Amino acid sequence: LLQPAVSVGNVGQLAIDLVISTLKMTKVGYFYTDCLVPMVGNNPYATTKENSVELSINAEVYSLPSKKLVVLQIRSPFIKNKYRPFCQALLSWVKSSRCARLILLSSSHAYQRDDEQLLGTPLRYLLTPDLEKAVGGLMQELNWKEMEKVAAYPGINDTEKVLHIPGGGITKLLFTESCSNGVQMAVLLKFCSEGDNIPDAFALVNYLNEWLKLIKSKVNTSAQWKIPTSWRLLFGNGLPPALF
Amino acid sequence: MATFFGEVVVAPSRAGVDDEEWAEEGREETPEDREIRRELEKKREIDVLWSWKSESSADGPFPCSKFIVAIGRNAAAFLSSFILDSVCWEVVGVVKLWNEWCRTSDTTNVLPTDSFCLFYRLISDPTVVLCQCSCYVAEDQQFQWLEKVFGCMQKEGLQVIILSTCPVADYKTQESTLTLPSPFLKALKTKEFKDQVCCPLLEQPNIVQDLPAA
Repeated sequence: LLQPAVSVGNVGQLAIDLVISTLKMTKVGYFYTDCLVPMVGNNPYATTKENSVELSINAEVYSLPSKKLVVLQIRSPFIKNKYRPFCQALLSWVKSSRCARLILLSSSHAYQRDDEQLLGTPLRYLLTPDLEKAVGGLMQELNWKEMEKVAAYPGINDTEKVLHIPGGGITKLLFTESCSNGVQMAVLLKFCSEGDNIPDAFALVNYLNEWLKLIKSKVNTSAQWKIPTSWRLLFGNGLPPALF
Repeated sequence: MATFFGEVVVAPSRAGVDDEEWAEEGREETPEDREIRRELEKKREIDVLWSWKSESSADGPFPCSKFIVAIGRNAAAFLSSFILDSVCWEVVGVVKLWNEWCRTSDTTNVLPTDSFCLFYRLISDPTVVLCQCSCYVAEDQQFQWLEKVFGCMQKEGLQVIILSTCPVADYKTQESTLTLPSPFLKALKTKEFKDQVCCPLLEQPNIVQDLPAA
């Protein structure tokens, strides 16, 4: 199960949009939940006039049986105090549907990086102990960097380290809950800031592709991800002619 | 982030949750916290009061063929001006709620400037129900409103029509909104809605939010 965290720059959600759009995944269901702000619109992945009239809401599930891939897309923020019940409901669904692995695409505030993190790749991964046994070796081969822990009490006591994902939304909660519940879960995240996060989404989805190989990676992989029609006009309407 | 005047402000995070809130949640909830939270939740609870509950003892869902909901002052005013009148329609229900933006009461004698949420039934065909909701229903109350209102209705064969308004400035289009002839109508419909729609469908990337979306 692949899903985004509603996090800084909405990078996870944008990356998921690219996955669903490129692999032409079919919608198989939705979450009827009171934990997310309601919204509705027409099909964001429309390619023709005929398929553009399907309604779309805030939490929908898509699937691609050929790759045994199920994707959950979340399109609105959590309602105050409701993210915890949502995480619980999600993890119990992961267990009851006997989903093998949960992969979360997320992001974290770039300005909270320390000196070492400022150099090198802005992409990081995290694995729960159960998944570490299965794919830890693969991460080494791919030369991926694990998300560093930070001092719990910086300046006072540098020995105690905790996981800190500022701007990551439910990432940390879902990760710690998965660890304690024996769920095989991976987090892939990118350090970024708010702004035009489309390049960040491409970076994250290419990172995911190094592992899952969802599409064949050629020299210019970014060109092979299909941008959904709903990404039009992200930065406002056309200009009024009277302006000139 | 520095603003035009030079003071530093924290940019709202699209993550939807402030880091402060996380820190708060990390603490153990004391019994006082739980009590405060329960009281707040109770205050924000929605009450749907139907007039026929006193008429008959039947507690089952009432039969409904058409449910027309007007959300927002403009839509509510449209119904008041063109559809509702005291001869053909009778008040059958009211929603009582409170949030930071408005409060409604259970009085059915309302002024157009009040915040209210009333239900009307067509006297000649009692399965046609109308709702005028000119109050703002907060995010955390929308689901409750939905469950409590629709929970009372029989859902088979039910046709629901939602009327609402949005500012033209929010409409996303290739041209500038200044050149658009406004006001204009757009629609969203489910697969099951087989009748003809009288206006074009809402194009991507436009979306609908709040109570109409719920």
